[in-house]
Amino acid sequence: MSEKQLDLLYSEVEEELRASVRSLLEDKSPPESVLARVESDQVTDTALWKELAGIGVTGLPLPEELGGAGASLRESAVAAEELGRGVAPVPFLGSAVLATAALLEAGAQADGELGALASGESTAALAVPFASAPGSAFPEAVREQDGRLRGTVGGVVDAPAADVLVVPAVGGQGPGLYAVPAAEARVATVVSLDLTRPLADVSLEGASGRLIASGADAERALRRALVTGAALLSAEQLGVAQWALDATVDYTRTRTQFGRPIGSFQAIKHRLADLWIAVSQARAVVRSAASAAAAAGEPGAGAQEAAEAELNASLAQAFVSGVAVKAAEEAVQLHGGIGFTWEHPLHLYLKRAKSDAIALGTADRHRLALAGMVDLPAAPA
Amino acid sequence: MTTAPAGASLDASALRQRVADFVAEHDPQTTDQHEFLAARFDAGLAWVHFPEGEGGLGAPRALQPVVDAEFERLGFTPVGREGLVIGLGMAAPTILAFGTPEQRARYLKPLYTGEEIWCQLFSEPGAGSDLAALGTRAVRDGDAWTVSGQKVWTSLAHRADFAILVARTDPDVPKHKGITYFICDMSAEGVDVRALRQITGEAEFNEVYLNDVRIPDSQRLGAAGEGWRVAQTTLMNERVSIGGHPEPREGGLIGVVSGIWRERPEVRTPGLHDALLRLWVEAEAARLTKERLRQQLAIGQPGPEGSAAKFSFSRLNQEISGLELEMLGGEGLTYDDWTFRRPEGVEFAKRSAGFHYLRSKGNSIEGGTSEILRNIIAERVLGLPSEPRVDKDVAWKDLPK
Repeated sequence: MSEKQLDLLYSEVEEELRASVRSLLEDKSPPESVLARVESDQVTDTALWKELAGIGVTGLPLPEELGGAGASLRESAVAAEELGRGVAPVPFLGSAVLATAALLEAGAQADGELGALASGESTAALAVPFASAPGSAFPEAVREQDGRLRGTVGGVVDAPAADVLVVPAVGGQGPGLYAVPAAEARVATVVSLDLTRPLADVSLEGASGRLIASGADAERALRRALVTGAALLSAEQLGVAQWALDATVDYTRTRTQFGRPIGSFQAIKHRLADLWIAVSQARAVVRSAASAAAAAGEPGAGAQEAAEAELNASLAQAFVSGVAVKAAEEAVQLHGGIGFTWEHPLHLYLKRAKSDAIALGTADRHRLALAGMVDLPAAPA
Repeated sequence: MTTAPAGASLDASALRQRVADFVAEHDPQTTDQHEFLAARFDAGLAWVHFPEGEGGLGAPRALQPVVDAEFERLGFTPVGREGLVIGLGMAAPTILAFGTPEQRARYLKPLYTGEEIWCQLFSEPGAGSDLAALGTRAVRDGDAWTVSGQKVWTSLAHRADFAILVARTDPDVPKHKGITYFICDMSAEGVDVRALRQITGEAEFNEVYLNDVRIPDSQRLGAAGEGWRVAQTTLMNERVSIGGHPEPREGGLIGVVSGIWRERPEVRTPGLHDALLRLWVEAEAARLTKERLRQQLAIGQPGPEGSAAKFSFSRLNQEISGLELEMLGGEGLTYDDWTFRRPEGVEFAKRSAGFHYLRSKGNSIEGGTSEILRNIIAERVLGLPSEPRVDKDVAWKDLPK
């Protein structure tokens, strides 16, 4: 197998970006205030999103001429780690990753939308069910006829706050990708398992949309968006896992029972050591996925780079989903009673971790996708 | 003479130049390997972080892979050095750190060239994970020590010229304080090496009985009673070695099992498919983790992930080899060879699935059990408090045995 050796380290620029996102979140959105926000009418923290726009997070992979930061998906992944670490209720994944990737791939027809996303002026959502895996067939839930879109898409991430919807639809000319003003759609927020990440059912009843990609271009743009989303979601999952590990290590170092810190018992130490090993491995896998995704977006990248990006994204989802869930579950157990209370923010991480494990394809679906990519065919039925 | 930079100011390109100059004078195609290595030692290109005159140039340690890669690129890859793993990896750094000038001058060069083979006399039947509990006694007798006891799990003892040895010199103080570190001549009278047969049928290791072996005091490494501290240097170097080259995808045992799956459709069942894919993902994650560590080392910033690499390696090897046997079905009921023999080096890849399964059981025991590695990660990396200790302030002779 001829995989290219990817850079798995963090650059200085990336570490600076991490530090600035982390300090902004610690200041404006500590876990306690996220907890207070999730039961309000406005889960999405638009003020925080504007602050993030101020340090360039809303348009990291976008070119500078569109008002973006001209960085790459490696930097986006570092931002995703920190936003996961803070369970930040901002539309990064839905808008700055999924919708942005679809619009970028669609080319110049979407420059207007991209500029507004980069500045933080507006946000967008990709109108597919959040559970969609990258390899799924082009969705047919929305139909196009005479320039009008009709249909319903359930469980769209970050749709409640979105100004623009990027809608895959099938019409007489085959698959198409449409930019639809959210005002033209009915967006019904659903009660989501992840309290910090709003989902909505999106209904289109004759909405007018602007065609931004059609045919094979539309299919490629959607696939690329979902692959990029899977890679960046794994970075977010790493951030969730790292927070859960750090919080649990801190807690078990100070919580005393039987006259000693509970972290001195091997029954607990060994579980945390196992978790640390898993998180270290997740970091290497996530860096690989981010680098492969970035390489696939570089000028001159071809089919091989695209294939490596898909393989690494599926690898990351297959591995890191389990690590994040394990980290959050261990955190709940090792915090004991306090970890089961609403008052402690830990449950936000558990809910995020479990939802993330389902989002953009379960680990099992990604393993099956890998089987196809690395020639390990399934058993005959 | 050039006015090239020296010592810590040497960088990768200066070292590459030195290697090129050296190879220009010593053609690897026509020079005998031993002669080549001896000259390389004298040129300071053996281990560049060692001092000048002792095989090195006082350069940063992180640059050694650069030198090795450059020698390889220019056509020199030494062969037959599997037997030097203890000498190069453990004895050399310890002798450098604690040896007298005489000891360094005597041992380092033949150790490097492969003229002399080393083994390690550390573990004992009663001192495995708790090495500091060791009971092999060394008693001072004039200008020498008389050593008696039993060591175990000694690879290479049947071929070795010298051993690094830890022995108890003061039983009246707590266990960590009464240990002294020696260099033991394996041809000395009273050294009795016996093969130790393992669950695979063969004997890679030995038991070494020491019966009133005389070791001159000049063979002591570090001060009497300081042996535990000296041993820490040795053990710090006992790690999964991280090579200078990236490991390819499916480079390890997972490649063997994936190959069976591809070539033999009749072995395919849904359950095995799921198990294979899960292990493929974990093996790839472990490979990338090792690659990330290699990249950190290459820029001189090793992370604590090294302590986890061995742990993951052993767990994966055990699980993958277990799957391999099941995948083979009826063939998995057979074994290639139970004959009691002494293998030269590791023949893992050439052996059958049953051997893979059995040999990998040792991976989580040798070189630090997985349980001890978890303690190390929990205490040294995560900073969790240690278990209360009952043996720290008790004289060794009073500990339960």
